[in-house]
Amino acid sequence: MRYAMAIDTRKCVGCSDCVVACQVENNVPIGYCRDWVVESTSGTYPVLQTEIRSERCNHCDNSPCVRCCPTGASHFEQGGIVTVTHHKCIGCGACIQSCPYDARYSHPDGYVDKCTFCLHRVVEGLKPACVSVCPTKCMYFGDLEDPNSDVSVAIRHRNYKTLAPEAGTKPQIFYLL
Amino acid sequence: MKTRRDFIKISALGLGGVAAVAGMSKMMTGQKVVDEFLKLSQEGKSFLKRYPTYCEVCFWKCAGWTYVDDAGKIVKIIGNDDDPHCNGRLCPRGTGGIGMYYDEDRLKKPLIRVEGSEGQTFKEASWDEALDYVAKKMKEIAQKHGPESIALFNHGSPGHHFGHLLKAFGSSNIVAPSYAQCRGPREVGFEMTFGVGVGAPEPTDIRDTRCLVLIGSHIGENMHNGQVQEMSDAIDRGATIITVDPRFSTAASKSKFWLPIKPATDMALLLAWMHVLIYENLYDRDYISKYADGFDELKEHVRPFTPEWAYGITTLSPDLIRQTAREMAAASPSVIIHPGRHVTWYGDDSQRSRAIAILNALLGSWGRRGGFYFKRAQNVPEYPTEEYPKPAWSWKDTHNGKYPLARLSVANLLIDATIPSPDNTHEIYGWIVAGTNLPLTMPDKQKLKKAFEALELLVVVDTMPMEITGYADVVLPESTYLERYDDLRNETHREAFVALRAPAVEPMYESKPAWWIARELGIKLGLGRYFPWKDYSEVLDWQLKQIGSSLEEMMEIGVKKFPNPAPLYIEDGHEPTFPTPTGKIELYSHELEHYGFDPLPVYTAHPEPPEGFYRLIYGRAPMHTFSRTANNPNLVDLMKENALWVNPRVASLWNLKNGQYVKLKNQDGVETRFATKVRITERIRWDSVYIVHGFGHHEKGLTRAYGRGASDSELITNVQIDPLMGGTGMRGNFVTFVIDNIKTEVES
Amino acid sequence: MKEELFVSGRDIPNIDPFLNIWHWQIPMYLFLGGLAAGILFFASLFTIMGKEKEMPTTVKRATLLVPIALSLGLFFLFLDLKHKLWFWQLYTTIRLESPMSWGAWTLMVITPLSMVWSASYLKELWPAWDWKFKILDDFEKLVIKNRKGLAWAMIILAVILGIYTGILLSAFNARPLWNTSLLGPLFLVSGMSTGAATIMWMAKDKSERLLMSKIDLLLISIELFFIVHLFMGFLASNAVQIEAANLFLGGAFTVSFWGFVVVLGLIVPALLEILELRGYHIPVAIPAGLILFGGMMFRFIMVEAGQITRYLY
Ligand SMILES: Nc1nc2c(c(=O)[nH]1)N[C@H]1C(S)=C(S)[C@@H](COP(=O)(O)OP(=O)(O)OC[C@H]3O[C@@H](n4cnc5c(=O)[nH]c(N)nc54)[C@H](O)[C@@H]3O)O[C@H]1N2
Ligand SMILES: Nc1nc2c(c(=O)[nH]1)N[C@H]1C(S)=C(S)[C@@H](COP(=O)(O)OP(=O)(O)OC[C@H]3O[C@@H](n4cnc5c(=O)[nH]c(N)nc54)[C@H](O)[C@@H]3O)O[C@H]1N2
Ligand code: SF4
Ligand code: SF4
Ligand code: SF4
Ligand code: SF4
Ligand code: SF4
Ligand SMILES: [Mo]
Repeated sequence: MRYAMAIDTRKCVGCSDCVVACQVENNVPIGYCRDWVVESTSGTYPVLQTEIRSERCNHCDNSPCVRCCPTGASHFEQGGIVTVTHHKCIGCGACIQSCPYDARYSHPDGYVDKCTFCLHRVVEGLKPACVSVCPTKCMYFGDLEDPNSDVSVAIRHRNYKTLAPEAGTKPQIFYLL
Repeated sequence: MKTRRDFIKISALGLGGVAAVAGMSKMMTGQKVVDEFLKLSQEGKSFLKRYPTYCEVCFWKCAGWTYVDDAGKIVKIIGNDDDPHCNGRLCPRGTGGIGMYYDEDRLKKPLIRVEGSEGQTFKEASWDEALDYVAKKMKEIAQKHGPESIALFNHGSPGHHFGHLLKAFGSSNIVAPSYAQCRGPREVGFEMTFGVGVGAPEPTDIRDTRCLVLIGSHIGENMHNGQVQEMSDAIDRGATIITVDPRFSTAASKSKFWLPIKPATDMALLLAWMHVLIYENLYDRDYISKYADGFDELKEHVRPFTPEWAYGITTLSPDLIRQTAREMAAASPSVIIHPGRHVTWYGDDSQRSRAIAILNALLGSWGRRGGFYFKRAQNVPEYPTEEYPKPAWSWKDTHNGKYPLARLSVANLLIDATIPSPDNTHEIYGWIVAGTNLPLTMPDKQKLKKAFEALELLVVVDTMPMEITGYADVVLPESTYLERYDDLRNETHREAFVALRAPAVEPMYESKPAWWIARELGIKLGLGRYFPWKDYSEVLDWQLKQIGSSLEEMMEIGVKKFPNPAPLYIEDGHEPTFPTPTGKIELYSHELEHYGFDPLPVYTAHPEPPEGFYRLIYGRAPMHTFSRTANNPNLVDLMKENALWVNPRVASLWNLKNGQYVKLKNQDGVETRFATKVRITERIRWDSVYIVHGFGHHEKGLTRAYGRGASDSELITNVQIDPLMGGTGMRGNFVTFVIDNIKTEVES
Repeated sequence: MKEELFVSGRDIPNIDPFLNIWHWQIPMYLFLGGLAAGILFFASLFTIMGKEKEMPTTVKRATLLVPIALSLGLFFLFLDLKHKLWFWQLYTTIRLESPMSWGAWTLMVITPLSMVWSASYLKELWPAWDWKFKILDDFEKLVIKNRKGLAWAMIILAVILGIYTGILLSAFNARPLWNTSLLGPLFLVSGMSTGAATIMWMAKDKSERLLMSKIDLLLISIELFFIVHLFMGFLASNAVQIEAANLFLGGAFTVSFWGFVVVLGLIVPALLEILELRGYHIPVAIPAGLILFGGMMFRFIMVEAGQITRYLY
C-alpha cells in the first residue's frame, strides 16, 4: 500500500477550502496550518500563466524528516504516511530543518505537527478532509499500488510533476499539469 | 464566554475524525497516537450528532450538516451529499462558517441608543424593553405617516420573517440590495428577451457545456459553489473557457482565451460578436427562425459593429474577437454566455445584459443541454394566516414614474424616499434592517448618511456589530444560522427539492432567531394573529407535511428531492414558451421601445479615468463574503485584508513597492479611511486597479476586521443609475494613490 | 515578472516568511561542543604522545573547562527544545541516521568522561584537594592508571563530536547552504582551532603557547582553504546553492561573514600569531579572543543563514 495524492492545477481555484477544512478537522490552531495554497504567476501582461497549487507534506518516500528525528517521533505509518507521535517529540526542530517544503510547524503546545493525510479518516474509509471538501474536486487520494484508486487513475493519462524533485525526497504528491 | 482559544483547548482533548472525536476526548494526553486512534474510533461513533442546515455565509444556500460533540460544541460543518447546490462540498466560507458562531465579537444583547452625558451611547436592554421600544415607535410612525412609511431592508434568511411582519403591519416596502446593487439588470435584460429572468441559482448548465464565456464573471473567486463545481467539471470535460475581464482572474487563468478588455466597453464586444455570428452565418438559424422575433432588425442593427470597430473601443484585436465568436459557434448550442450576477457596473447594465441574452439566443443556448436548462422547483405552501392588509402605496410609488422595468423594489430609491426632498411623493420614516450592512453595501455614503439622519426609527437585526449597527436606534442580536430554524430552502435547480435548517445548538448569549424576534414584535404590535405558532418548527412541520414529508424526516435527511417530470431541455421534446409580448424570444424589444428605451442594445462610451487616475474595479475573494466574514476568525486566518492590484508599469510610474501601504482617493476627493497593501502584479491592465470588496471596516467592535484594508464602498460616490430599473452602476469611479503619511500599522 | 504568493494567508510563526526555528541556543551549543572537542582532542593527543609534562595547560588545566562547556552546551540544547518535558525521549533510542540522536549520545558519553578526566587532575592542580570518600580516591587511582586508554577513547569521541557539530547542519539537504560534505571537516577544524586558541590563552608556559600557536596557524589555513572550497563548490552547483552562496557574496551576510568571521576571526589572528612567532610581543588575549569570537560568529551565521536558504519550486 502506498498512499498518495494527485492535485489538478488546472482545476484548483485557490479557494483555500482545503486549508480551513484541515484546520477544523484536525484542530489546527488559528495562525497555523497543515496545508496552504500557492499561486504562481509568470509572464508579462497580457501573456500570462498562473498555476495554483494546494500544498502540504508530500509524505516523501525518502523522507529526511523521519531520518533526522532523534527520538523516532517522526515515523512512517501504514501506506507510507509520515506522522509525528506527539508524546515522543521533543521539539528539537530537526525535522523542520530537514523538510525542503516547510511542511511542518512547531505547534504552540511544543510538539511538531504536520499533515497526516488524515490517517484517522483514511482508516475509516473516508477521504482526507481537504480532499473531501474541495469544491473543484481537484484532489485525488488513494493507494498508488491499486490501479483503480482515484490517485492512480488521475495520474495515468496526465502529465504531472512533483515539487523540488532535485531534493531527492521522492514526494508522493503529484501535481497534474 | 468562550474565546476561540478556549474552544481549541477544549476540543484539543479530542476532535479529529467524525468518528474519533468522542473517543479521543477520553484520552488523558490528548495526543493522537495512531494505534489508540484505531482502537477508539470504533467506540466513538455515536457521540457526534449532526443537524441539518443550509449555509448562510452567502446566498447560494448550500445544504449541510452541523456536527456537535457530546459537550454540545459545534465541531464542524460539512456539505450534504444529496444537495445539488453543493454536492456534499461546502466552499471555504461554508466550511469556515463555524467561525460565525464562535466569533467572540458577536452581538450579545439588545441595545438601545440613549442620550448620555458624553453624547449618544447604547445601553443594554432586555428583549422586552427593546421590543416595546420598537413597537411603540412603529405605532407612532404608522399613526403619523401610515404603516407604509416603514421599510424593511433585508438580505438572506431573516428577511422573510420580518417581511411577514411588515406585510402584516401594512407595508410592502421590502427591499434587498441583491436587486438594484446586484443582479437586477440581468433579470431585466433576460426578461426583455426570453420573457423570464435568470433567477438564482442560475440555470446555467455549466457541467455539460462545451464553451463557457465569462464576462466579468469571476467564478472561482466568486465562490458560488455549484457554479465553481460545474466549471471544474467543464474543465475536466475539455470545455473551452473564454474570459472577458480587465484582470487576469482565476477563471481567466483557466481559460483558453483571455480577453483583457478595456473596462466599460463590453457592449462593443458583445455587438461585435453578434456581428460575426450573424455575418459569418454562424448563429443557430433553425432556433432563431423557430423561436425568435426581430432578427432582421438585429442583423441590420449590428451591421456596422465589426470587430475592427470594436477593436478601437475595447483594445481587443479583431482576430481575437472573430476567433472567440467562432469558438462559441462551434460549441453551439452547448455554450453559455454567462449572464453574470453582480452586474450593476456602468448604468447601461440592463442593456448589456440584454446583449448577453441576445447572444445566447443567437447561439441557441437557452433551453439546451450545456446551455441554460429549464428549472424545476418544489412548491412549498405558505403557512396559512390571516390575509395581509392592503397597503395604500408600495415601493413602486416612490419611483415617481421612473424605472418602469424594476420588478423588485430598489434599495437606492427607498433611500431617496427617506431623505426629505420636495420631489418625494411617498416618504419613508422608519427602517428595519435585517442582514444587510448598508454602509458597506450601498454606494454613495453621503446619501445614506442623510437618510440615517432623517429616520425616525432605525432598527437593526444583525449577528455582528457591523457598521450598520452603529447607526441604529435599537440593535437586536440575532443568533447565527447554526442556532436557529429558518424557512425551508426551495430553490430552483435541475431537480426539485427542499432543504431544512434546524438549530444544532442553543443560541449563544441572549441572541434570538429572526422568527422569534419578528413574532414577539408582532405580538407587541397587536398582530399576534399572524403568528399562530409558538415555535417555528410547527410552521416547518406543517409545510413539510403538505408536500409529503415531515420535520422528523427532514431532521434525518436534510435535503429531500421530489419527482418532477418537467423537461430540462428542448431536446427532451419540450416546446418552450417565451412569456414575452410576442411569445417569442425578442431580439428586438417592443416593450423597451414602448417605454422609450433602445429596443436593440447600443454602445455608449463611458467616461474614462483622467490623467493620474485609474478605474476602480472590485470583486470577490473566494474566502470571504462581502463584509460579513471580515471578522470570522477562521476566514481572517486565510485572508486578513485586501490588497490593491496594480500593474507593474503603474507601480513604477508612482514608485510603488510591493507590500507598501497606500490610501486611495477618488475623483471627488474622497479618501479611503484606511490604507491597503499594494500588490504589484501583471494580472491587471494599467488603466485599472482592483480591490476585493468587503474590507476596510471602521466599526471597532469588529476586533479582527477593524482597520484592515480599504473599502471600495467609500470610493463609490459616482453612481450611474440604470434608467430601465434603477440599478446603481458602481464602476465609474476613478482613483489615485495617496502615498505620504500612511500609517502602516493599524492601531489595535 | 514572476509572482509567487501564499493565497491562503499562511504566516506560521518562525517558519514564514523565513525559517527561523533555531535561535541562539543551537549555534552556542555547536560552538561549545566544538570548543570542548578541540580541547579534548589536544589533551588526549598529547597524553597519548606522552607529553603531559610539556603540555600541562593542554592536558590538565584547559580540560577543566570541558565539562563546563559540554554541560552548558547540553543545557542550551535543552533550552532550544519546544517540548522540554519529553527531553528524555532522546535517550530512549539510538537512531544512527539522525545526527541529533548520535550527537546527543556522544555528548552523553563524552561529558562524564571529560568530568572523570578533569577530576583525575584535581589533586595535581590543587594539592589540598580531598575527595572525602575512599571510594572516590580508589576510583581516582584507577583512572590515573588507565589515563592512556581513556585518552584513546576521548580522542575518538572528540573527533566524532567535532565532526558532529558540522554534520548536524550538513545532514539537512533541505537547506542548500548546509548541503555540503565540507561542513563536517570545516566545523571540526574550526572547533579544534577554538580549542587551540583557548589553550594558547591559558598557557603559562611560552613553549606550550608557541606550539599551540603554530598548530592553530595550521588549522586556520586549513579552515580558509575549506571556506574557499565551500564557496567554489556552491558556485559550481545548482541554482539554490548559488542562491545560498550569494547570501555571502553580496547578500545579507556578506559583511558579517567576510568581515567578522574571515578577516577578524581568522586572518587577523593568524597575522598576529605570525608576528608573535617572529618575536613581536602580542598580548595573547587578542588573537585567542578573536579566534573564539570568530568561531562563535561562524556558527551563528551558518545557522541563521542556512535556515533562510531553501529549495525553490
Ligand atoms: N462596493 C460594493 N458594494 C456592493 C457590492 C460590491 O461588490 N462592492 N456587491 C453588491 C452585491 S452583489 C450584493 S448581493 C450586496 C450584498 O450586500 P449585503 O448582504 O449587505 O452584504 P454583507 O456585507 O455581507 O452584509 C450582510 C450583513 O448581514 C449580517 N448577517 C450575517 N448573517 C446574518 C444572520 O444570520 N442574521 C442577521 N440578522 N444578519 C446577518 C452581517 O453581519 C452583515 O451586517 O452588496 C452589494 N454592494
Ligand atoms: N467568495 C465570494 N463569492 C461570492 C460572493 C462573495 O461575497 N464572496 N458574492 C456572491 C454574489 S451575491 C454575487 S452577486 C457574485 C458576484 O460575482 P460576479 O458576478 O462573478 O462578479 P462581479 O463582482 O460583477 O465582477 C467582478 C469581476 O469583474 C471584473 N470587471 C471589472 N470591470 C469590468 C468590466 O468593465 N468588464 C468586464 N468584462 N469585467 C470587469 C473584475 O475584474 C472582476 O474579475 O458573487 C457571488 N459569489
Ligand atoms: S479546496 Fe480545492 S480548489 Fe480550493 S484551494 Fe484547495 S485544492 Fe484548490
Ligand atoms: S514533505 Fe517534508 S515533512 Fe513531509 S515527508 Fe517530505 S520531508 Fe517529511
Ligand atoms: S521536533 Fe520532534 S518530530 Fe521533529 S525531529 Fe525533533 S523529535 Fe523528531
Ligand atoms: S490530508 Fe488531512 S491533514 Fe493533510 S492537509 Fe489534508 S486535511 Fe490536512
Ligand atoms: S457557496 Fe459557500 S458560503 Fe455560499 S452557501 Fe454555499 S457553502 Fe455557504
Ligand atoms: Mo450579489
